[in-house]
Amino acid sequence: MTEPLLRVRDLKTYFVTERGGGTARAVDGVSFDVHPGETLGIVGESGCGKTVTSLSILRLIPEPPGHILSGSLIEFEGRNLLTLRPPELRAIRGNEVAMIFQEPMTSLNPVFTVGDQIAEAAIVHQRLPRKRARARAIEMLRLVGIPDPEERVDHYPHQLSGGMSQRVMIAMALVCHPKLLIADEPTTALDVTIQAQILELLDRLQAELGMAVLLITHDLGIVAGTSDRVVVMYAGQVVETAATPELFAHPLHPYTEGLMAAVPRIDTRVSQVRGRLHTIPGQVPAASAWPAGCRFHPRCPYAWDRCTVEEPPLLDAGRGEPGSHAVRCWLLTEPRRRTRQA
Amino acid sequence: MNVRAWLALLGAIAVALAAVGEARRLAARGSRGRRFFRHATASGGLFVLAFFTTVAVAAPLVAPYPPSSMPEIVALRDAPPSLAHPLGTDLYSRDVWSRLVYGARVSLGIGALAMLVALTVGAAAGAVAGYARRWVDPVLMRLVDVGLSIPRIFVLLMAVALWERLPVSALVLVIGLTGWFGTSRLVRAEVLSLREREFVAAARALGARPARIILRHVLPNVAAPLIVSAALGIGSVMLLEASLSFLGIGVPSPVPSWGNMIADGKDQLATAPWTSLFPGLAIAVVVMALTAVGDALRDALDPGRETA
Amino acid sequence: MTAWLVRRVAAAIAIVWAVVTVTFVLVHVAPGTPFLPPAETPVDPAVLERLRSQFGLDRPLSEQYVRYLREIARGNLGESFALHRPVADALAEALPNTLTLAGAALCIEFVLGLALGVYQAARARRFGDVALGNATLFLYSVPTFWLGLLLLVVFGQWLRWFPVGGVVDVVTHESLPWAGRVADRLWHLALPAGTLGLVGAAATARFERAAMLEVLGQDYVRTARAKGLPERRVVLGHALRNALLPFVTLFGLAFPFLLTGAVLVETVFAWPGMGRLAAEAIFRRDYPVVTAAAMLASGMVVLGSLLADLLYAAADPRIRTSAA
Repeated sequence: MTEPLLRVRDLKTYFVTERGGGTARAVDGVSFDVHPGETLGIVGESGCGKTVTSLSILRLIPEPPGHILSGSLIEFEGRNLLTLRPPELRAIRGNEVAMIFQEPMTSLNPVFTVGDQIAEAAIVHQRLPRKRARARAIEMLRLVGIPDPEERVDHYPHQLSGGMSQRVMIAMALVCHPKLLIADEPTTALDVTIQAQILELLDRLQAELGMAVLLITHDLGIVAGTSDRVVVMYAGQVVETAATPELFAHPLHPYTEGLMAAVPRIDTRVSQVRGRLHTIPGQVPAASAWPAGCRFHPRCPYAWDRCTVEEPPLLDAGRGEPGSHAVRCWLLTEPRRRTRQA
Repeated sequence: MNVRAWLALLGAIAVALAAVGEARRLAARGSRGRRFFRHATASGGLFVLAFFTTVAVAAPLVAPYPPSSMPEIVALRDAPPSLAHPLGTDLYSRDVWSRLVYGARVSLGIGALAMLVALTVGAAAGAVAGYARRWVDPVLMRLVDVGLSIPRIFVLLMAVALWERLPVSALVLVIGLTGWFGTSRLVRAEVLSLREREFVAAARALGARPARIILRHVLPNVAAPLIVSAALGIGSVMLLEASLSFLGIGVPSPVPSWGNMIADGKDQLATAPWTSLFPGLAIAVVVMALTAVGDALRDALDPGRETA
Repeated sequence: MTAWLVRRVAAAIAIVWAVVTVTFVLVHVAPGTPFLPPAETPVDPAVLERLRSQFGLDRPLSEQYVRYLREIARGNLGESFALHRPVADALAEALPNTLTLAGAALCIEFVLGLALGVYQAARARRFGDVALGNATLFLYSVPTFWLGLLLLVVFGQWLRWFPVGGVVDVVTHESLPWAGRVADRLWHLALPAGTLGLVGAAATARFERAAMLEVLGQDYVRTARAKGLPERRVVLGHALRNALLPFVTLFGLAFPFLLTGAVLVETVFAWPGMGRLAAEAIFRRDYPVVTAAAMLASGMVVLGSLLADLLYAAADPRIRTSAA
């Protein structure tokens, strides 16, 4: 396999909560790779640490209250982003690694035209003169499928719909042709029909520009259609990782199973859906109080005593290439227990 | 200054400390209370307010001398701070500390009472305007526009100077009646947004009368911003009283207020700075305390907005 | 937009008219009369009566009011009782002094207040922010005239760095060259404008800090950082542009504050401006001056808030583009 573009090893991002509340271990030892040109999906419910992970990569965590622990490693093309000095980091942000966010409407600055906001990164990173930057902005607007780009370039964010805003965000992120795009829930705030358009657009641009995409979402359905590999996160940890087809064919972690059962499928009959659309009982615990043992055990249908005391490591599922499918679950050592309740 | 006065001062400090301690204990029970005391300055502000309130209430105990006695108008004139007169004496040989103590009654009293007047009138006007709308609302709000368009001190100057020798109660009333405009806008805005909400609509559907709806449903909901603006408003009233006294039309002279103490001492400021310095500091400290408490209250009652 | 402006101007005129009316009624129904002689010099009641009729004060109030409005509409503000000269002349003499004072104070207030507020927000909760926060809280809580008195004593009387009052040095001013006269004026302006400006700057800094903190927490600031912009550009470009919107409304509030402050500061520093003129006129029951000063003051306040609204509309694309 090629050298990874981005290597994340043992990332720990903690937050100091209000007086006496202790420390919230929002991201607690996460590791994964993103290879050039591929799409890696990170899935999990909200509160699992996906967004904090994505913000940590570009060091966009507000400090205080947050901080990334010193043992963590975030390596982009062989350089540890966590030890870069601010100017070196800025040279990567928006230039080689760009990011789009969940709320396109609030992520655009209301007092600048979209053209100015798109051109800004090109002016800062590539020292483009104003006029050329503006031409580039128009070109980018056309690229992301916005009609009348010559006119839209002078519009303000409040004049755009949610879907348009996200297209503008994408144009802004891609203006310097980054090698990696981090997309944090890029379609969550949008209507379903718009969602599909945006995902299609991302797919097309990825192919055209040859960049890698780190796609953060809570929706396994989105991952299925776009990602090459998937990382499932729960309670600040990676609980399962595999190539997308492998994961959907053989989900091994009970949490992954639960997520899949919760996705409404177009081929299930309405009568089936009514009674049987599955949800995972309970909710993600607070990041300042992860359960002891396996963090999923309070919600796990298979949990037994070992799960409540001993935290499982990421175990190789032994399917395909070594390490290609890993699961953080004791079931792997005692597969017979899975049948009990299922 | 005698033993009794020193003991009373210590007592006042002890009472204030106890009050703050009790407040902290009670506050620790709720999230609002905890948010309040999360502000580093909230405890200090509360202490200052408790201290001066205690001092004002117990003025005859705390003050070593009667506030207006002039024991030695020649020999003790503008005497610097000493053991007998910890903050010195003024140009009529009156004890500055004693006047400061009694002045707390006047200054804090005017501040609190005038604010109460302003708050009551403002809340009533705002509630009526917001609820009644139709012609009442525009009329009241234009009145507020006019009120806000003329510097308050001009109105006060006219009212107070032209009527000469107003009793303090009238002064309170006038200050209060020129200070309700902002409050009424605040309340009106809240009422306007609340009146469309379900629980008010439900009450109306059940046939509740407007007065009842305002008192039972709307006012409790605007209480939070009102309390905050009251805390901040008392401070501005105290500053206003001081300004009027400085211009010679506030509290008439033998009665001590912090404002007229500054005014009395202003001509000796270069030679006997204590006469004006301490009352000015007292005002500054109390207004700071009110502002700190007001900020903390805002944070505690309305966590959506971060201020200090 | 034009319709809005016309409505606003009409409302502004109506407000000023209302203020004039209120003032007129207040001064006329108040007890006491103008031309009150000092107690020790008895004046023939017949003289007083003649003066009263000369100024039309013996007429019914409604008649006086109508006549007054008519004169104002003609641009005639009347004759001062006490100064024995047209009110317009007295105001014309005082107004530039107040405008100079208020203008200088406004500059200090906004420049210093804005800089402090932005600095504090960018360094929130660190040492610099906390120290400045306490300093601005103190200045914000201090009576303006008391601060003025302290500055006057310390810098005027003890250190003798600045003059203790007046607009110019009455003895030497006329003999100075051009540059010297400007310097003389600035030298006299320093303490009064500094007093007013410092108090205003404290309020502005507190306001702007809160506004900046709110903006710095917004998503679009994170977007700006994610683009790789230098922190300066994030704070001064992206955040400040948004935090200036609420700041514009302060502009409208600054006028009442400055005029109130002017009354006190002008008294402290013997500054012959509007505030002092008005205060003295009130004490002397010089009705025409009082009403004219109230009219002018409210006019400035209304104009200030109108300007603030216009600025706001100009600064916020959400309003600008929808109104166009």
